[in-house]
Amino acid sequence: MIPIAAVNPVAKLGAGLIVSLFLIVTIDWVSATTALLLELSIIAFMGIEPRRFWLRTLPVWLAAPLTALTIMLYGRYGGDVYFEFLFIRISDGSVELALATFLRVLAIGLPAVVLFISIDPTDFADGLAQRLRLPDRFVLGALAAVRMVGLFLDDWRSLELARRARGVADRGRLRRVAGQGFALLVLSIRRGSKLSIAMEARGFGGDTPRTWARESRWGAAEWITLIVGLLIGVAATVVAVLTGSWTFIAR
Amino acid sequence: MHPAEQRGRTGLVIQDPDSQVILERVGDDVAFGCENLGVPRDEIWMRVRDSLAQVGLDVALDRNTSALSGGQKQRLALAGVLAMRPGLIVLDEPTANLDPHGVTEVRDAVIRVAEATGATIVVVEHRVAVWSEVVDRIVVLAAGGGVIADGRPSEVLNHQGEELAARGVWVPQFPPARPRRAERGAPQTLLRAEQLGFGRNKRALGVPLDLDILSSRALAITGPNGAGKSTLALTLGGLLAPVTGAVVANKALASGAGEYPIRWKSRELLTRIGTVFQDPEHQFLKSTVRAELEVGPHALKLADAEVDARVEELLTRLRLDPLAEANPFTLSGGEKRRLSVATALATRPQVLVLDEPTFGQDSRTWSELLALLARLVDDGSSVIAVSHDLEFVDALADSTVVLT
Repeated sequence: MIPIAAVNPVAKLGAGLIVSLFLIVTIDWVSATTALLLELSIIAFMGIEPRRFWLRTLPVWLAAPLTALTIMLYGRYGGDVYFEFLFIRISDGSVELALATFLRVLAIGLPAVVLFISIDPTDFADGLAQRLRLPDRFVLGALAAVRMVGLFLDDWRSLELARRARGVADRGRLRRVAGQGFALLVLSIRRGSKLSIAMEARGFGGDTPRTWARESRWGAAEWITLIVGLLIGVAATVVAVLTGSWTFIAR
Repeated sequence: MHPAEQRGRTGLVIQDPDSQVILERVGDDVAFGCENLGVPRDEIWMRVRDSLAQVGLDVALDRNTSALSGGQKQRLALAGVLAMRPGLIVLDEPTANLDPHGVTEVRDAVIRVAEATGATIVVVEHRVAVWSEVVDRIVVLAAGGGVIADGRPSEVLNHQGEELAARGVWVPQFPPARPRRAERGAPQTLLRAEQLGFGRNKRALGVPLDLDILSSRALAITGPNGAGKSTLALTLGGLLAPVTGAVVANKALASGAGEYPIRWKSRELLTRIGTVFQDPEHQFLKSTVRAELEVGPHALKLADAEVDARVEELLTRLRLDPLAEANPFTLSGGEKRRLSVATALATRPQVLVLDEPTFGQDSRTWSELLALLARLVDDGSSVIAVSHDLEFVDALADSTVVLT
């Protein structure tokens, strides 16, 4: 089993970006298929519980055919035309492009989701600040804010119930949601300012250089992760070029 | 000297446990202050362990902070402050949101810390009794600014206790007045919980419950933080759907609106079951106090004269008349609480559900609220109150449900 959870989140992000980069510059179906096959064979060894895998990647499985359908109906035309209605034109060209897009969305989306389900926000923030040297005020502020999302959901539910209790929940749903949104904004600003007081009271935002209680490690596993990303991208490109199907996007 | 140059020398613990947890894991959260002060890594973890031991928080360093109870969260905040080795620790109503057990937990931790570190402790607090035995000096501030009393606790409380109590300070020797109760009618069942499993996200908390909600009677719901008191209250209030079993209204309460309160329209709830939320801000809808009070009566389509009469009466009775044109969000804590109760009373519900009605109130508002609720019960309404406040429960409740 590949212990992907222990890999530095920055390396995971990097590997995902590298693969995407190779796949974004071309629009053929061969490169996408190659990348997808390589990725799936690696994912199979990551030991992700099947239910979790399907649940988390569900949006990708939904997005891919929808994007493909759009391309098929409205995409660039070429070769035989099978169906035509107003702006819709299904042709050899658009079908091929749709297939390539379907595979591409999967090849970019699946590894991104799989890499990110194992990312712990705190470790990610550590990596961004210590490895990529992003400003720590920004990184830690964002990290603290992410933690508040759960509280916002609770607030939203309370606001909804409170409106029912006040006797105004029977109609005008759209207007009510707008009002609730505004109320949530007010509440979240209050929560945010309380949190920032708590953070400042603990010395956050001072001029003293910060130390890090947790070291964001970078070693062989991280380099390997990046290299695997690179290899997938290169392999996809090489296979596509050799079969003569590699197509630069801007052509 | 500017306070900003003294970063980390003063530690602060605030009232709301949820707003001061910064990171996801216990150890990381305690370490946060040290990191900001540039403490070397090895030393940080030593301090983290020391601080957690001092506040008596014996959980794993990678424990998720959101899984802690209110009392544990407050001790976590205290540990985070301690790890910075401050000379002064300021605590702003550190026990206000806690159940009685949590209150003792946190207070004892603070005392231990003071003894072990020699730091100066400043506590801002309504409830004098919790701290009066352990502090060296009490300063009482006046509402408009200035100092009313300053001295040793025993002197201040003995000499000025009565005067302070009259101003709303909680003085143990001068407890707030309890209402005189009138003759009450025979109780009738208004609402019944039948094998009620309550919870959020379809998971029931605890065992199914059978309960009778009676007219002319008050029911208290108590129990530790996280036991589901608020959830039960909202379920009884017809706002949350039961997970199992049912909440059933009898004919007198339903008066044509169907058996199950959860299926009632929002407007049908108004005259039947009123709910006052723990956080008043969640239920404010309008930009003035007067408009806020008019929401319910308008939803009932009452005549303008009737709406005005009800609103005026409530404004006077709850001492809100000078604030009629103020924005509800700008009121003080006590005023917000009175307003949120008033909005529910404006539609004269037969059952009134309140979540922590006395939370954070001075003793004056406390006894006013108590008197108001007692009168509702004496006049035949049913009151259901979720509360940590044992005195309040003792003064009002005819029966108590203790959730565990």
